[in-house]
Amino acid sequence: MERKTKLNAEEGKQDLVITREFDLPLELLFKAYEEPEIVEQWMGTKVLKLENKKHGGWQFETSDAQGNVVFRANGVIHEFVPNQKITRTFEMENSPFEAQIEFFEFEKITEETSRLIMHIVYRSVSLRDQMMKMGFAPGLNMAHNRLQNVVNKLK
Amino acid sequence: MNLRRDVFQAIADPTRRAILILVATQSMTAGAIAANFDTARPTVSKHLQILTECELLKQEQNGREVHYHLNAKKMKEVADFIEPFRQMWEERFNKLETIMKNYKKK
Repeated sequence: MERKTKLNAEEGKQDLVITREFDLPLELLFKAYEEPEIVEQWMGTKVLKLENKKHGGWQFETSDAQGNVVFRANGVIHEFVPNQKITRTFEMENSPFEAQIEFFEFEKITEETSRLIMHIVYRSVSLRDQMMKMGFAPGLNMAHNRLQNVVNKLK
Repeated sequence: MNLRRDVFQAIADPTRRAILILVATQSMTAGAIAANFDTARPTVSKHLQILTECELLKQEQNGREVHYHLNAKKMKEVADFIEPFRQMWEERFNKLETIMKNYKKK
């Protein structure tokens, strides 16, 4: 199967680039990043704040089935150019990890297809590698919670 | 947390990466490994110690000599950490695509 999402993380470097081509017009792709209700759906997180403008702030929060907050992140938007570019910082709350800067570039390929280039810069190589290892941890957490639910029902 | 025991910290160093490549083909003694570098022997020993501590290298007693060989299982772990991260984004983006396709139909 063709890999639609490409990840380029060179060894020993403190940044990474994720590229994805979408079967969506550019405007719809951008909307998925702009509208809080849509972000909530595909990111699987609650959007507490999303101010799409220069110097605007954002904050996301994810809870488990019991309502306990398992993840909260926030940052500042540095650039917001509709259908083109978003530059923002990202910081995981209550974690030892320092803030990272993220550049999202949105491109039109055809009328019906578009591309997203996500460039993330971390403070150090080891921080990047740790974040990549951690990156899928919330997902694992949720799988664990689902398992917990199933087990609870069996009791 | 002892950073030195972190696998990803270990492979961030170019000398340690070179050692791993060397040992990948055959197990070697510390002396034989050090002979491939201009670096002082104690420095190479330190690198070997770090690589052993984080389990990328394994020591094997061979008569009076200690041979170092690659721990393939641990190396696989290193190679694999990028893939789960890529998959996580792929899943998110697939979801985004599905949601927006439905949105378009509205």
